[in-house]
Amino acid sequence: MRMLINSPETVVADALRGIAAAHPDLEVDVERRIVVRRGAREGGRVGLVSGGGSGHEPLHAGFVGPGMLSAACPGEVFTSPVPDQMLRAAAAVDSGQGVLFVVKNYTGDVLNFQMAAEFAEEDGIRIEQVLVNDDVAVTDSLYTAGRRGTGATLFVEKIAGAAAEAGAPLDEVAEIARRVNAASRSFGVALSACTTPAKGSPTFDLPDGELELGIGIHGEPGRERRPVMPSREIARTAVGAVVEELEQIAPQDGPVLALVNGMGATPLLELYGFTADVCAVLAERGVQVARTLVGNYVTSLDMAGCSVTLCRADEELLRLWDAPVRTAALRWGA
Amino acid sequence: MRDTDFFRRWMAAAAAAVEREADRLTELDSPIGDADHGSNLLRGFTAVRAALEAEPPATPAAVLGLAGRTLISTVGGASGPLYGTLLRRTGKELGDAAEVSDEDVRKALDAGVTAVAALGGAAAGDKTMLDALLPGVAALGTSYRAAAEAAEAGAAATVPMLARKGRASYLGERSIGHQDPGATSSALLLAALAEAAG
Repeated sequence: MRMLINSPETVVADALRGIAAAHPDLEVDVERRIVVRRGAREGGRVGLVSGGGSGHEPLHAGFVGPGMLSAACPGEVFTSPVPDQMLRAAAAVDSGQGVLFVVKNYTGDVLNFQMAAEFAEEDGIRIEQVLVNDDVAVTDSLYTAGRRGTGATLFVEKIAGAAAEAGAPLDEVAEIARRVNAASRSFGVALSACTTPAKGSPTFDLPDGELELGIGIHGEPGRERRPVMPSREIARTAVGAVVEELEQIAPQDGPVLALVNGMGATPLLELYGFTADVCAVLAERGVQVARTLVGNYVTSLDMAGCSVTLCRADEELLRLWDAPVRTAALRWGA
Repeated sequence: MRDTDFFRRWMAAAAAAVEREADRLTELDSPIGDADHGSNLLRGFTAVRAALEAEPPATPAAVLGLAGRTLISTVGGASGPLYGTLLRRTGKELGDAAEVSDEDVRKALDAGVTAVAALGGAAAGDKTMLDALLPGVAALGTSYRAAAEAAEAGAAATVPMLARKGRASYLGERSIGHQDPGATSSALLLAALAEAAG
């Protein structure tokens, strides 16, 4: 497998040095692995800290900046960061108003953020945590680790970030973050596995002519394998899975925010074609789309494929979604 | 009685075992995880070895405490907090004695494994580290060798299990037929303990 890297051991540090070079408005500590919004502690705002394994770029470092995250903690590829990183990030962004940890629901992330929260509170920093768990492919039951956190992470970080930017207190920012997560669901489809730098070969075998439904973002196989389908059939399957769950949890009418997300190796040409199919299926089902975001935002290295995330959004959430944001990967109105 | 050096030898043997078996652990983590268990533990135990050499701790508890903290700070994933907690809690149970009995070691490890179960929320049969640690610790009353063998058998017994915790649980039925990488590395840890005991 050919990769644009120096060595598997240095990919994360090398990327952090690149982020520092490209984005002088971020403070990047390559050694300690944290990316902090410059001047994060000024302005008396609530801090927003997220993190997770690397390999999902631009998540999370690409979302650090005014209107979104205060800091991000990248772990090794597909491996949650360690508590030391979140502790340092919390200390670097806390203005005394407290810090919200945005945690994707994976056992490793949950355990490491939990330890960091305990250490931070011992240091006198108020911490709230929001767990993102939007992936409908995993049944939320006693027999699994629960639904995974995927595309909704972007919605949570953007909307809670806008609330924090506007000066909302910690409990309110946390409440909005939880509301966004509760109103969001996702479903992912892989057309190829991905290759981690450490392993150098695909994480699972996907024969030509087949695709994998219900995948996560760590190269783990999905729940079901099917013969390759045209984009409009994939859209029907993905949107159907998401909407059925949304109808159960959020029966009220109202428009949705839609994220049509690429997994990393699918060209935007294909992704836009897929977006047309997604919107057509949503229209058929009578779901009104208020805003659509298309692109590679919550990726899985070089996996080909896509995911659909929908968030049922009321006026307040839409207003916060539209608020200015200025980060490496998401910027508008600012 | 077991002195501080015994625990240093245990950690050194664990680091050597992880180094030797890293590729196999990563291979096992590939079909039901994300193909990094070996590289993550290797990073952690390499750091443990360096930390113990840089500042040799004075007591058995201090050896395990430093090793546990180092794993938490370097491994990440679920393995970092889980193995870190196992060693920290086991160390804490040993108190500040310069030497401990085999019965002390057994009781301390039992408390360490209980802490792992509480942190991860898993039980026997969920296809996790516990499926090697629980039978391993139960056999410690017999001998260190018996514990290593029971843990190894426990790891092998995870093959037909359906994963209920961690990333493998996302696969549902498709997790069946694969040996759990966490149970495998747990068996290595207890084999290293037997090696230190000679």
